Amino acid sequence: MAKRVTIDPVTRIEGHLRVDVEVDGGRVKKAWASGQMWRGVENILIGRDPRDAWAITQRICGVCTTVHAMASVRAVENALQLEIPVNAQYIRNMIMLAHAIHDHIVHFYHLSALDWVDVVSALKADPDKAAALAQSLSSWEGNSKQEFRKVQEKLKGFVGTGQLGIFTNGYWGHPAMKLTPEVNLLAVVHYLQALEVQRYANKIVAVLGSKSPHIQNVAVGGVANPLSLDSQSVLTIERLLAVKEWIDQLDDFVKNVYLVDVGAIGGFYADWTKYGRGITEYLCVPDIPLDSKGTQFALPGGYIEGGKLESFKPITTFGDKYFIDGVSEAVKHSWYDYKDGNDKSLHPYKGETKPNYTDFQDDGKYSWLKSPTFYGKPMQVGPLPRVLCMVAAGHEPTTKYATAALDLVSTVAGTKVGIDALHSTIGRHAARAVGCAVQSDELARQWDLLLANMGKGDLKTFNRPVFPKGEQMGVGFHEAPRGVLSHWVVIDSGKIKNYQCVVPTTWNAAPRNEKDQPGAYEACLIDNPVADPEKPLEVLRTVHSFDPCLACAVHVVDQENNPVVTVKAV
Amino acid sequence: MRIVVLGIGNILLTDEGVGVRTVERLVAEWVLPPEVEAIDGGTCGMEMLEQLEHLDALVVVDCVRFGQPPATSILLAGDDVPVFFRTKLSPHQVGLCDVLASLEFAGRAPRETVIVGMQPASMDLGMELSPAVAAKVPELVGMVVAELRRLGVTVAERA
Repeated sequence: MAKRVTIDPVTRIEGHLRVDVEVDGGRVKKAWASGQMWRGVENILIGRDPRDAWAITQRICGVCTTVHAMASVRAVENALQLEIPVNAQYIRNMIMLAHAIHDHIVHFYHLSALDWVDVVSALKADPDKAAALAQSLSSWEGNSKQEFRKVQEKLKGFVGTGQLGIFTNGYWGHPAMKLTPEVNLLAVVHYLQALEVQRYANKIVAVLGSKSPHIQNVAVGGVANPLSLDSQSVLTIERLLAVKEWIDQLDDFVKNVYLVDVGAIGGFYADWTKYGRGITEYLCVPDIPLDSKGTQFALPGGYIEGGKLESFKPITTFGDKYFIDGVSEAVKHSWYDYKDGNDKSLHPYKGETKPNYTDFQDDGKYSWLKSPTFYGKPMQVGPLPRVLCMVAAGHEPTTKYATAALDLVSTVAGTKVGIDALHSTIGRHAARAVGCAVQSDELARQWDLLLANMGKGDLKTFNRPVFPKGEQMGVGFHEAPRGVLSHWVVIDSGKIKNYQCVVPTTWNAAPRNEKDQPGAYEACLIDNPVADPEKPLEVLRTVHSFDPCLACAVHVVDQENNPVVTVKAV
Repeated sequence: MRIVVLGIGNILLTDEGVGVRTVERLVAEWVLPPEVEAIDGGTCGMEMLEQLEHLDALVVVDCVRFGQPPATSILLAGDDVPVFFRTKLSPHQVGLCDVLASLEFAGRAPRETVIVGMQPASMDLGMELSPAVAAKVPELVGMVVAELRRLGVTVAERA
């Protein structure tokens, strides 16, 4: 007999996501992902000055403020065919990379590790053995016996006061928790160290972006940071040297802790390479532009069909026609209506945002998310598509870190684990860490490029935009931490006429499309095991592996006084 | 002594942004001493972690739905604060709750947290507060000032 399980909201994510699964024989047979909040923010932008759009769109989401700012200025620059100074590219690139590294570290250690790590079990660990294990994996200075003993004592005090309850929905003692007490302690030690390290990424964003949490320095046409080799009030060599120090600290943690932990934990959970494959149509966009026009990129992007790396088709420039022509959005199963009917999808330049809330209808409308497709197919976006596309494009650093991570997984698991294992729930975590190592290298390189260019005497950071009469259209894309983000703007005589944001979580958490094909979450949940429908930890593992961030995908409006979590087994 | 006044909320959704608007008004009208930092947190979560470490007090200003008439203010302190985080009164609790949980674990949580809240009249799209809530922003600023004074901080109105 099939059992219906509703998780509403899914916790430890930003925003509000509801997931329903039908479980039969301990496996998920059917799944629905539903965004429970409406996003109509695009409507606010209509009629406004395109130069203000970035500051407004960065308020869409609390996690991804900077990414919306970047996509927005790129969209307007694309519409105007405006080149920006390379210094502005380098500064923006560093902000984006530091933000991405921050996001990945926090996601793994603070938001999703609790799906795999049993904090209470760590109390039973032998701290010296745990430290010895950690030292065998990495030379990180925080792996000392003293450190492990200290953290375990701290944890004892913490659990003793009964405060553990603040980690709502930690499934301590769940049968799907497989790590030894020593590995659990290792993860807890690194959880606390990650809290220390993430601040360096934040400092980089704050110094380059002039303010945190909402950056202030972006402008259509470049950045507002005056560069100087000596002045005190602007981005000086002294400040840039501080940034370099933080870049190095982050890099140490990413390479010697994060990448190692993901490889080791992945090895212990090697059975999770069998679950969560779902959609293997992979889309990512190139990013980290190296020239003023956006025709050369440090990190390649493109499309992979059916998981086959040899099918890789690159996307090569800002405003690439192959990308622009491929994207459309359907609302057949979403709480919106299109004026010419819901049986077809609309290109974002023609996008409409007219709500039509029904109820949660399994076969009808059930989500506030639209359903985006690329040439008519649902896609998966995010770190896994990014890493596979970069490998397919022959990006050597990506191949190097992917091989290192998979070798470690193989050693721990005691069996050869190849790149095919990445098409999975645990594989998405591995890919995120591999991508993060690549981003860390690139962050250091962008710093070098900026300094070298300043050294040549080029201090330019801004080209003034000019808005001609008549209509222009532009797209700004960004390979954000959670995947492909695109902003689409139509400008008419200097005012915004239409604006649509197609965000990563909309791609992944999409409801069924106009052809009733499921979105990535829905597809990835099929055949996921569920040992105990009252504690659907395994479902959360697969959903969290995407790092859901619904804040931008949808917005607000829920009923009053609902309990924080409803796990409803029907 | 370190105190943060944190306005949270989404300024794109009318009264949802009342916390941010209150903090903007506070900074515009009052001189805060160096030990008090006023932060526009928007809808941010873990990015605020560092700014909220080792505080003597955290004053959160947010839109709170607690079943009262629109534009009613509320001060939550003591035992009511955990209740604020347990029940879904504000859409930002997931973010802020995660931040505070992490700080708690690291032994860096604020020694005291109070919440200055307001029941919204509108949650529609728009960058302006509803007239009813906008009229009450001075009252919320006054509540924050009263809290700061209770905490022993000297604040003065700008001339």
